[in-house]
Formats: sequence, structure tokens, C-alpha cells
Amino acid sequence: MAKTGHAAAALIRIEAVSKSFGGIPAVDDLSLDIMDDEFFALLGPSGCGKTTLLRMLAGFEVPDSGRILLDGTDIAPLPPHRRPFNMMFQSYALFPHLTVEGNVAFGLKQENLSRDEIAGRVAEMLALLRLQGMGARKPDQLSGGQRQRVALARALVKRPRLLLLDEPLAALDKKLRAETQFELVALQRKLRTTFVIVTHDQDEAMIVAGRIAVMNRGRLEQVGSPAEIYERPKSRWVAGFIGDINLLEGKVGKGGTTLDTVHGAIRVTNAGSAGTTAWLALRPEKIALAMKKPRSGRNAVPGVVTEIGYLGDISLCKVRLANGAVMQVSMPNSGAELPSAGAKVWLVWPATAGVVLKQ
Amino acid sequence: MLRGMSTFNVVAVAFGLAFLYLPILILVVYSFNHSQLVTVWGGWSLRWYRELLHDEAMLSSVWISLRVAALSATVATVLGTLAAAALTRFGRFRGRLLFSGMIYAPLVMPEVITGLALLLLFVALDADRGFWTVTIAHTTLTMCFVTIVVQSRLIGFDRSLEEAAWDLGCAPWKAFLVVTLPLIAPAVAAGWLLAFALSLDDLVIASFTSGPGATTLPLRIYSQVRLGVKPEINAICTILIAVVALATVALSLAAKRSALRGDPAAQG
Repeated sequence: MAKTGHAAAALIRIEAVSKSFGGIPAVDDLSLDIMDDEFFALLGPSGCGKTTLLRMLAGFEVPDSGRILLDGTDIAPLPPHRRPFNMMFQSYALFPHLTVEGNVAFGLKQENLSRDEIAGRVAEMLALLRLQGMGARKPDQLSGGQRQRVALARALVKRPRLLLLDEPLAALDKKLRAETQFELVALQRKLRTTFVIVTHDQDEAMIVAGRIAVMNRGRLEQVGSPAEIYERPKSRWVAGFIGDINLLEGKVGKGGTTLDTVHGAIRVTNAGSAGTTAWLALRPEKIALAMKKPRSGRNAVPGVVTEIGYLGDISLCKVRLANGAVMQVSMPNSGAELPSAGAKVWLVWPATAGVVLKQ
Repeated sequence: MLRGMSTFNVVAVAFGLAFLYLPILILVVYSFNHSQLVTVWGGWSLRWYRELLHDEAMLSSVWISLRVAALSATVATVLGTLAAAALTRFGRFRGRLLFSGMIYAPLVMPEVITGLALLLLFVALDADRGFWTVTIAHTTLTMCFVTIVVQSRLIGFDRSLEEAAWDLGCAPWKAFLVVTLPLIAPAVAAGWLLAFALSLDDLVIASFTSGPGATTLPLRIYSQVRLGVKPEINAICTILIAVVALATVALSLAAKRSALRGDPAAQG
């Protein structure tokens, strides 16, 4: 995974780390590099081991085997309070008996800094997170969004090498969450601190992260940029987890340019060696609907519209194929007439629209 | 609110309160009795309170009892809080069930047996019975009560608060001191007060473990009552009741205030 040029900048190297609880593996032989100054997301369904991995980085859990290296040095012997990492907890874990200022200054006080420096850095951080004038309040006198920013300030004020964010926006309502996602990205760019976020929300991971590690059952399914993971998923599981996907099963034809399916031969690209089973993964927005069979070039499969859902910006259309499989098609609502339920339509897409998956 | 106030309910409540408080009320009233005879009313007076001030033996017993109670409650609070922390925070360590069972055992153990066991221990150790043996015995008696009170608070405690303190640079012991302890302080204080009251109250174990020169107040009262009730005893009991009542009211007010302030960590 370490590309040349990147390898030198790896801040954290996770090497074959495993951790199980009561015999059930939570993280299973996982290796991963996290680069300096990147916004990295650990994405997966609940119970996939992403939080365990984060807690191992923070030092709250100890790997059963494998190593975690910081700048090439094993950090296993370092307890949480000696690691140059800070964490923002899902519950925020603000100290209810301390004021906002007390909370933010808490970590600096452990470093035996001078009173003036603590006050200066706390004020700077409160200003950065738009918390001026809130310093004397207690956490229970703040709104959810303010509490979230205090938690962020408290972790960032220590200038950690690595900021760990455990589902940081889960407690916010939808609108605030969307705003805060962009704020997090801006903050990371400004501070140039490495951020590692754990989330089960794929939209959130796609928006904030430069690279995403998709995890399932304690293992890495795929690591890549949001576009790579969306456009070129490596497995059917990843394709299905990130967004909606249509899958067509078939046998790869000669030259790897066709897939023989029950709907006939479908033109594809890079399907691999002939004779093997493969699946064409097609995103709903890559398929167009046509009333007549197009003349040439593109793939066309007939079907019957069963349902139409109007979602505002797009409409979602379900089309049943001859073999009973249902395909999802999404269309922008740009004024064109929508087919009605029961209409016979053609699903049309170019050979380059989908990805052929082997597993 | 009037719905529940049927004649039956009013009578039941009145009977219950009378049953609980009438003996105490009589004691309090008679402590202000001028008469030398306990059962004969001779008019209001503070005579017995004045006499009490000059009863050196009684006053020294009060002093001993207060010292024993304060010291044993403090030690029991430290030990009991640590035990509660161990039981709730360190998960399933080896022997946890046995440990928690052993914590609860003194609660159900007849006091006579605890007292006798302690007496045998002190005799075997060849320890002179007195102030220190009573204090140790009372620590043994009250520690488990503190553990139970503190444990109930720690069970609802958001662990990530402590983890946040570690993460921000506190060693685990310091995280406990600067984050956990201030937050569970009301429960710890309640535990201390309970231990204090239990120690002040105890007759059975003190009778086994105290020695000459360390007669606690209950022991003194009991031995005097056997020779006949002096009105002075009513006076000292009234003072005790007042102290305990004030402490209870103060504690419940403090608990109410901390409950009103809320614990935002619990909402996470």
C-alpha cells in the first residue's frame, strides 16, 4: 500500500494488528498506513472493529498481536497519557464539574506549562472554535453544537500529532452535522494536524476524508480516496456498503470485454480472464432510461417500471428485468417527463459505466 | 392531591408516624423536665443540660465517640471507595465475585459475631483494647456500607470521562482524583456520613472491642441506664437526635442540589 513518495510521510503504521474480546476477533490481522497531515476515515458498519482500532491508537486497548508505529517507533509501551494523540469522544466526555475554560485548559495543566501560556492557548483555541465568551459556562449550559466544539477544542489545544475522532457528529441533528463536516475539513487544513475519524456514516466519511478505510468484520475491505471507493469498489460488499448498487452476474467472455448474462452479452471493460464468474456493478445514476431500444454502441436491457419515487432533486425508479431482478435507476429531475409505473423501458449504459467485480 | 387523603390513609399515616416518632418525642420533651424523676413532669427546665455540662465522664465519652466515629468513618470511606472503584471499574478480574461477596458479608453478619471475631483477633494479636481497637472494629463494620453507596454511583458513571482525563495527560490515579472523585463526591460524603452515624450508634461491637478509658457514648448510656434512667440521659440523647437530624437534612439538600444540577455526561 505504501506508494513511493508517500512511504516517507507515514505518520502511523499499523502492522498486522489483531485484537479479540472473549475469543471474538474485533480487529483481525489489519495493516494500514496513516500519512502525515491527512484526514483519514475508518468507515464500516457497527461492530466492524473501527472503534476498537481507534481505541488501540489512543492506547485504551492493547493489541493482542502486531505493532503500531509512530514515526517508526513502536508505541505499545506508551499508556494513553503519554501518547502525543488526543481523542474526541462520541459522548464528548466533557468534565461537568469544570467550566468550558477549565475543560480546555485541563490537558495543558498536565504539561506543567506556565499560567500565561495556558491562558493564551486556551483563548486562541476558543476563538478558533467560535467559543469566545463561553469560557465561564459549564457544559450543561451549552447547546449540543457548542459542546461538540468544546470537546474538539479540548483535544486540539494539546497540539496532538494525531487527533482521533470517535463518531464526533453522531449526536448532532442533520443540518448542524452537514455544516460541521465542512468545518472539520477546514479546521484540518488550517491546523495541518492528522485527523482520524471513525464513522458508520458513509456520506460523512466521503465529505470529510481524503482517504477512507472501509472495514468489515475486523478486516480492511478497501483503502482509497472517496472517489476511488465509490467509482472503483474492489468487492461487492464495498460496492453495496457505499451508496446503492445494481449487480449483474455473468461469465467473462473472450478478451475480457464482454460479460455473458441471462440478459445477453453485455459489453464491459477490464473484466479479466475469460470463463470466470464476475459481477458488473452499476451505480443507479449511471443508467439511463429509454423508451425505444437504442441503435448501437451502448448496452441495453429491457424491463418494466414497477415503482417511481420522487425525492426532490432526483427520482428513483425501480425496473424489473425479465429474470425478475430489480434494478435501481436514479434520474435528475430536470424537467424531462418521467415514465409511469408499468411502462416498458430500456435500461441503457455505456461499456465504461460500471465496474467488473471478481468477489 | 386530595384524592389520596381518605380517612383511612390519614389514620394510617398518623399511626405510622406516631409509632416511629412518639417515643422520640417523649424523650425530647422529658429532657426539658425539671423533675428528678423521669416519669413525673415537673415543669420546663434546662437543668439536665446544665448538669450534663458538668458530667466529666459523660462528656469524655461524647468526645471518644466523636473521635472514633470521625476516624473510622474516614478510613472506611477511603477503603470503601477504593473497593467500589475496583469492583466497578476493573471489569471482570479474577476473583471478582468472591471479592464482591466478601464485601457484602459484614452487612448480614450478626453484629455479635463480628464483635466476637474482632475480640478474638485482638486477643490473639495481644492488642490492648481501647480507642484504637474500637476504631478498627468500626472501620470493619462500616466500610461495606460505604462501598455499597459509592458503588451505586459509580455504576452510572460515564467511563469515557476518566478515559478523557487519561487521554489529556493524567495518569490513571490522577484521573481518578481530579475527575472521578469530584463527580462522585456526594456519594462519598453520604457514605462517610452513614459510616459516622453507624459508628456513633454502635453498642454491640464497641462492647466487645473497647477497653478501659475508651467508653463510647452508647456504652456509657447503656451502663448508666442499667442503674436507672437519669433525666440527663434524655438530654444527651436529644442532642444526638438533633445532630443526626441536621446532618440528614443537610445531606439530602446537597443530594437534591447535585441532582438538579444534572449530570450531562449521563445523557451521552
